[in-house]
Amino acid sequence: MANIISDETIEYVGILSKLELSGEQKEQAKKDMGLMLDYIDQLSELDTTGVEPMSHIFPIHNVFRQDTVTNGDDQENILRNAPEERDGSFIVPKTVD
Amino acid sequence: MSKQYETVIGLEVHVELATKTKIFCGCSTAFGGAPNTHTCPVCTGMPGSLPVLNKQVLEYVIAVGLATNCEISHYSKFDRKNYFYPDNPQNYQISQLYLPICHDGGVEIETEEGKKIVGIHEIHMEEDAGKLVHDDWEDCTMVDYNRSGVPLIEIVSEPDMRSAEEVIAYLEKLRLLIQYLGASDCKLQEGSMRADVNLSIREAGAEKMGTRTEMKNLNSFKAIARAIEGERERQIDLLEEGKEVIQETRRWDDNKEYSYAMRSKEDAQDYRYFPDPDLAPIIVSDELLREIKSKEPEFPTEKMIRYKEEYGIPDYDIEILTNTKHTADLFEETVALGADPKKVSNWLMGETMRLLKENAMEPEAICFSPENLAKLIQLVDSKAINSTVAKEVFQEMFHHDIDPEQYVEEKGLKTVNDQGALRKTIEEVMARNPKSVEDYHNGKTKAIGALVGQTMKAMQGKADPALINQILQELL
Ligand SMILES: [Zn+2]
Repeated sequence: MANIISDETIEYVGILSKLELSGEQKEQAKKDMGLMLDYIDQLSELDTTGVEPMSHIFPIHNVFRQDTVTNGDDQENILRNAPEERDGSFIVPKTVD
Repeated sequence: MSKQYETVIGLEVHVELATKTKIFCGCSTAFGGAPNTHTCPVCTGMPGSLPVLNKQVLEYVIAVGLATNCEISHYSKFDRKNYFYPDNPQNYQISQLYLPICHDGGVEIETEEGKKIVGIHEIHMEEDAGKLVHDDWEDCTMVDYNRSGVPLIEIVSEPDMRSAEEVIAYLEKLRLLIQYLGASDCKLQEGSMRADVNLSIREAGAEKMGTRTEMKNLNSFKAIARAIEGERERQIDLLEEGKEVIQETRRWDDNKEYSYAMRSKEDAQDYRYFPDPDLAPIIVSDELLREIKSKEPEFPTEKMIRYKEEYGIPDYDIEILTNTKHTADLFEETVALGADPKKVSNWLMGETMRLLKENAMEPEAICFSPENLAKLIQLVDSKAINSTVAKEVFQEMFHHDIDPEQYVEEKGLKTVNDQGALRKTIEEVMARNPKSVEDYHNGKTKAIGALVGQTMKAMQGKADPALINQILQELL
């Protein structure tokens, strides 16, 4: 494995992803991430001189919609996705600013 | 304090665009709906939903870019800004980092030392977040996604401003241009225009920039000015005490006039931007640019020149009238209905401004129609009402946009033009006030004023003072 993930990095990635990892899980994640980066590194072996960075997988551009209201009140359906709901609002655990 | 410090300020201004629908879905942007009634799978971040760009958003941002002398990117795309917070159901905000739509522009502002250009680093498109209401009682958070996906543009300035006055001049300039374009109403209080202030200080003459802080939650020009003053002093105090300024985001509390740091170290700000694979890149053709340019409205500077030539009203009036699009439109539309420009200007400059000030209102809140103002001027011109009554009627119009003709009719405020009746009243007044009559005959010509006043009173204000004067002169 060419890419070695440090303890600080895995700690930091854990904070960013809001995940609490056990010691064992951390070791496994370090190994998995290293292998993933090794895999991606293979791309660097290719000669990309003169190749424009790709912004989209399809050769398309300028896909627009007109500024017309097409959606009505779908509150009931949308709230079915809520873990909990009250008075038309999604209820989530309190997140301190 | 021995050292002299220079304040260096850059602004990030968010403006909510006046589109009918959201940036990536066909949900309404209307205010005041019950929670989550303007939502769909796209703006609530459901897996598998596909965002599609609202063309009007692109046209507005390009128009703002052209008005602020920016270069418009021929090729532009969207990126995902990743962060976790319940106001953002996708866990990323769609924004533009790598190829923003507009860049390298600037606007001219007036300062005490003369004209100055404030550079614009870039303008990009992005989406607004939902609204959170924290319920302390139940210890939970209620989320409404009606605002999620409402289109915003973020205008990022260069760190070119040096004082609160310059910041406000810059914001007023942006607001004016954007309002004229019709791209947004730019109301700070209501949040359709928001400014984040990046501020650092350095010793006067120093080349190197100091460490900057970012201040949020500034919702009036006054709050911005106070926050800048407060933050400048806080940073100077730190440096004078030999401490360091920490780069951080601070939230301004305008009631306490104090800012406090917003995020802890646990909340690392690492947005891991990457291109959004769901949205197609944008290619701006010369044809689209020409089309948007051709729709450009007449801007304040152009209006000022035309007003001078066409209407012959004083420069000061012109400046105030063109200061908001609403007053300029009101003025032009009333004149178009045949009213005399000078008289229209007088109503707008005098009574309107007085009542706005008295009621602490912004000019955008003026509710009376050009039709009603034209009618009121006509009523005065035809001597149907006198100027005192006109002011009274105007006050009603200002608050309730009443039809002045109808109002005057209903309230019986018309000037009595029946000369016979007026003459009779004047004779009675003279009989009741022999002292004034005598004074007049003894050369105290000012005594006529008292008689005019008494007559007006007897007529309940519904008389033409000039006519009373004329009849009095005859009778005395
Ligand atoms: Zn939607």
